Amino acid sequence: MADISQQLKEQVLQARDSGHKLNIVGGGTKAFMGREADTDAGTLNVGEHTGIVDYHPVELVLTVRAGTPLSEIEATLAEEGQCLHFEPPHFGAASTIGGTLACNLSGPGRPWAGSVRDQVLGIRLLNGKGEHLRFGGQVMKNVAGYDVSRLQAGALGTLGVITEISMKVMPKPAASLTLVQEMGMDEVVHYMNSRAAEPKPITAACWVDGKVYLRLAGAKSGVEATAEKWSGEVMEEGDHFWRQVQDMRHEFFAGNDVPLWRFSVGSTAATPKLEGNWFIDWAGSQRWFRGAGELKDLEPAARAAGGQVSLFRGGDRTGEVMHRQPEALKGIQRRIKNAFDPDNIFNPGRLYSWL
Amino acid sequence: MTTKPKVSKAELAEQFRAFIDPDYVITDDETMKPYECDGMSMYCEMPLLVVLPETVEQVQRVMRICNENAVPVVARGAGTGLSAGAMPNKEGVVLSLAKFNRIVEIDPLARTARLQPGVRNLAISEEAAQYGLYYGPDPSSQIACTIGGNVAENSGGVHCLKYGLTVHNILSVEMVTAEGDVVTVGSDGLDGCGMDLLALMTGSEGLLGVVTEVKVKLLPKPEVAQVVMAGFDDVQKGGDAVGGIISHGIIPGGLEMMDGHAIIAADDFAQAGYPRDAKALLLCEVDGTEEEVHEHIAQAEEVFRKLGATSVRTSQSEEERALLWKGRKSAFPAVGRISPDYYCMDGTIPRREIAYVLTEMEKMSEEFGLRVANVFHAGDGNLHPLILFDANVPGEFERTEAFGSRILEMCVEVGGCITGEHGVGVEKIRQMAVQFNDEELQQFHDVKAAFDPAGILNPGKGVPALRFCQEYRSLEHKQHTHEHTEAAHG
Repeated sequence: MADISQQLKEQVLQARDSGHKLNIVGGGTKAFMGREADTDAGTLNVGEHTGIVDYHPVELVLTVRAGTPLSEIEATLAEEGQCLHFEPPHFGAASTIGGTLACNLSGPGRPWAGSVRDQVLGIRLLNGKGEHLRFGGQVMKNVAGYDVSRLQAGALGTLGVITEISMKVMPKPAASLTLVQEMGMDEVVHYMNSRAAEPKPITAACWVDGKVYLRLAGAKSGVEATAEKWSGEVMEEGDHFWRQVQDMRHEFFAGNDVPLWRFSVGSTAATPKLEGNWFIDWAGSQRWFRGAGELKDLEPAARAAGGQVSLFRGGDRTGEVMHRQPEALKGIQRRIKNAFDPDNIFNPGRLYSWL
Repeated sequence: MTTKPKVSKAELAEQFRAFIDPDYVITDDETMKPYECDGMSMYCEMPLLVVLPETVEQVQRVMRICNENAVPVVARGAGTGLSAGAMPNKEGVVLSLAKFNRIVEIDPLARTARLQPGVRNLAISEEAAQYGLYYGPDPSSQIACTIGGNVAENSGGVHCLKYGLTVHNILSVEMVTAEGDVVTVGSDGLDGCGMDLLALMTGSEGLLGVVTEVKVKLLPKPEVAQVVMAGFDDVQKGGDAVGGIISHGIIPGGLEMMDGHAIIAADDFAQAGYPRDAKALLLCEVDGTEEEVHEHIAQAEEVFRKLGATSVRTSQSEEERALLWKGRKSAFPAVGRISPDYYCMDGTIPRREIAYVLTEMEKMSEEFGLRVANVFHAGDGNLHPLILFDANVPGEFERTEAFGSRILEMCVEVGGCITGEHGVGVEKIRQMAVQFNDEELQQFHDVKAAFDPAGILNPGKGVPALRFCQEYRSLEHKQHTHEHTEAAHG
């Protein structure tokens, strides 16, 4: 538990003065994401900037330093019967909250409970000028100034060093239960969306290996009454299953030989016809694909499904790994980068080759 | 800031009339008059001219012409905003999106709606009702306000704690940039690649782009909703009860609070059967499946009784639920009846500070000699103090503004913010200097420049010029707040 923000600030200023670049590292469990890191750049270690700054269970608000491990946060919340509703994936014991926000990673409950980005209320950020700034706040509603906090979600640390995060936390559901049944890939998308359109306490829906899994959670009576009405068998180890999905430890994700692609698409879109295996999550909005290919060849399929594709893990990480951007948006993003990090110090080339 | 426009009003009008129906290029004062202000009518300005384009291509051409000639552009929806965010610029164009009022598509299975920006908020839920769906955010002005304006302000409403704000309920926006390009931010998927420009656009008050289409998420309409009304003889107890419900693990669909003044005004107006002797009233709505609501309502009633409620009443029918809400929903006009004018404030505070803030506000009320009634979204700590005044009494509005400023500064002091959902606009631009330091404000200016290098979009709103901030912070009565802010930034 330490506040090393002053040290981080000095390192940033030093890098700026000496013209060096910095790779930002928290727990180091997400090094596989994004494009290959610049090997000439130094390391800015945020992993020691840890500790819970403020937590008021009644407010449903937590303020925490960015290097704090997810497991530590979750243990503290659990004592009060609360949780991180967005179910962040733990890629190891060292996974931190700062990295989770920078990568915008959320688990199976995301379409219902919201993403890490949705729960963020405010941040402190070290920009490329070494200024330690505060945006947003610790309250649920705050429209003063631009939403710089949520802008960081998915920016992979290219806009600055997130040092502190305030976020909304939620009560743990009183009860939960998982229904499983066999179903083909062609019919499952319609099925999951139909269920999601019902006013029932559904909190997760995925499909893998010919089976569809639906999770119900909330008040015990509501969960049980819905389970009786819906088809599917109650799964014994439901919580364990979803934990495997959340942390991407399900066997679908195992191994590094075959690239893992993430399609973020319209929930009802037809699954692209590609050679490989699929894992459909988020009731159709997030589809994992394991197969060989190149980004430029997969982009048209993602676009046709109303969304984008990225190379999540494995494959060639020297080229682009994120769905390519139209020129006008590239221009805006370059200028935003310049507004936060004019000397291009942070995570150079990690998000896009041109940023 | 913009430089002096390079064209005259007549030249500009002529250029616009070349591609926009001449009837929709308004230049005479009489027809322009309704555009001089938004819902914050104390702030008025006549624009150079008003245009009402009908196609995205026309919007692009308007933007290109204005960008080339350094002409300010103020985009406008229904004009219901409460911070003068749509107040015209006297050397600029008001770009009304009123003609973009079509619901393009509703997809019941995907639970999405594609909307032009001028579609009214309530119209979305009305259209979606046939599929058992609705749109979550429901600002008080929902009968008139439009989705484009909702995006610009990140509008909330009564149901935010459970269902989120606009930023949580949209998938993508199509917008025209200051330079006239059409871009889409977001997609049909959730959490796309790269930095979250959609979040940045939401709540940007028309300073970053002109929204020309919005795709929103729709929610299944809950099976049942029931409301528990609880009266308290003391504000502190009411505030504690809000926390009591939350720490019990219940997230209400809506959790609203009114103080003694608001209770009486609302009950006189709506005859809702409110406990008129109560000092605080809570309306707690629970929604979900029948079983879930049944379980949570029983728990809520028990929590309120335990925490000292002097009266507890639960709606037994849809009619009764509507009646209990009617008082709350008509609280603003109800207060309007007991005073010639009222000024609606909008700050957010941590919930635990509710009792302290209300008590302090009572003291200030005496100090300023102005009455104040409070209705607020207690679930998320969003206050709406209504300061009662008479604009015809010389000096009274100025006193009202000073009172309002003090309230907002108090919100920041207790760890909250100067605006929860109404936006900064012109109205709260000075208080931005209380919530943010110069480096932070400069960062906002730099973000703005990334989207709008020439600074033509809604100039002078949202983020103050730094030279004015020093001045505001150094005013004598701001000393305390300033020190607090400095400490917070230490």
